[in-house]
Parts: sequence; C-alpha cells; structure tokens
Amino acid sequence: MSVSVMIPTALRSYAEGNASITCSGSTVGEALASLTEQHPGLAKHLRTADGKLRSFVNVYLGEEDIRYMDGEATPVAEGATLTIVPSIAGGAR
Amino acid sequence: MTLHIIPEQLAMLHQHAEEGFPHEVVGILAGSREDWSVTEVVPLTNERADSAHNRYKVSGLLLMRAEQELESRGLEVVGYYHSHPDHPSQYSDYDRDHALPNMSYVIVSVMSGRAATTQSWRLTDDRSRMDEEELHSL
Repeated sequence: MSVSVMIPTALRSYAEGNASITCSGSTVGEALASLTEQHPGLAKHLRTADGKLRSFVNVYLGEEDIRYMDGEATPVAEGATLTIVPSIAGGAR
Repeated sequence: MTLHIIPEQLAMLHQHAEEGFPHEVVGILAGSREDWSVTEVVPLTNERADSAHNRYKVSGLLLMRAEQELESRGLEVVGYYHSHPDHPSQYSDYDRDHALPNMSYVIVSVMSGRAATTQSWRLTDDRSRMDEEELHSL
C-alpha cells in the first residue's frame, strides 16, 4: 500500500524539508518503518531507545488517533494519510 | 542561534507567567522561522491540572488547531514557552525528554509570583541536552 505521512514542522529537516513523504506498508507500524528507512534521522525523535513511539508523538489515520484504534497494528488502505501530530509537555521537576 | 522577540510580546509572556503562578503556564512563540523572530505569543491552556505546579501539557489536536490558525495568518511556529514557578529557568530532564528539535524553548522562572530570569533553549540533534541560545529583545 502507498501511504502519505505528513511530517510536522519540527521534524521536516530530518526529511529533507518535506511536509509529506510517500511510504509503503499495510499497517501504521509498517508505514512508519518505511518512513524511518527512508529518513533514518527521524527515528530517534519518533521512538524511544526501546522502540516505542515517544509519548509526545501522536499519529492520526485520517481524523482518528491510532491509540484509539489498534495502535501501530491498525491497517492502512491504499492512498491513506497518516499525520504525525506532536503534543508539547515539560515541567520544572 | 539567537531568538529575537519584540519587547511587548516578551512582556506579555512574563505577564502570562505571573498571572498563572503558582502553576506552570505554556504557549506558542509565533513569528518567522527565517530570521528566528517572535512577533506574537499565544497563551495556551495547561492540561496538567493534576500537577500544574511542575508540569505542563498541550495535546496534539489542540496544538495543531492553534498552529493552523497562526499559519492561516502567515505566522510560523518558532517555538514554545513555559514557566517554572519558584524554580530556575534551567531546563529539566523532563523538559529535554519531551522537547521537539528545531524549536526554541523559552523558560521563565517565576519566583514568589514575579518573573525573574528568562532563558531560551534548543534541543541538540542527538537529544542528549539542550543548548542555551541568546534571547534578544530590542
């Protein structure tokens, strides 16, 4: 399946400045793997050392947060759009 | 790198931080990524009501909508700001863990309700630390 992945402003420099990358895969996880194969510099900002998506990285399939679907096992259809939507968080201690 | 912010907007940022004390406040720094300048600060709602004295969070969709509204007016997101109530303006490990690259993170220390020091930080490529950048407001 060919899937478009939308890249947020903060991460575009790791994707050669592109706002959208065409990826392949039949699930969200496969599409994201295709993304980081093409642009390895994205990986450390999307995932923790143990491979999980970072807590501030939200992925939407169309209008739906994949956390409320089947996570990275969520199937994607040909021509689907995945959007990486960062949240922001922090704090003093 | 130097972050430029117009003085009126820095004053608004400080006012937001003082009004929110003893809770952390958060907002967007909007302007131009070309010359790394902030022409508008946009206060957001801190969603961490459970621990607002030392944590902030803005969820993805709310942030995206706010950023789309800015972009519709020709503004770009240059970074984000938050306050550290009764704590230095040094970034914490928690700040670094949750930081995005290629963004300025302005932290204002609010001591006993008054804005004290203000510093701006940028996450390094390897996420190991945040480097201080000059904050220019003239």
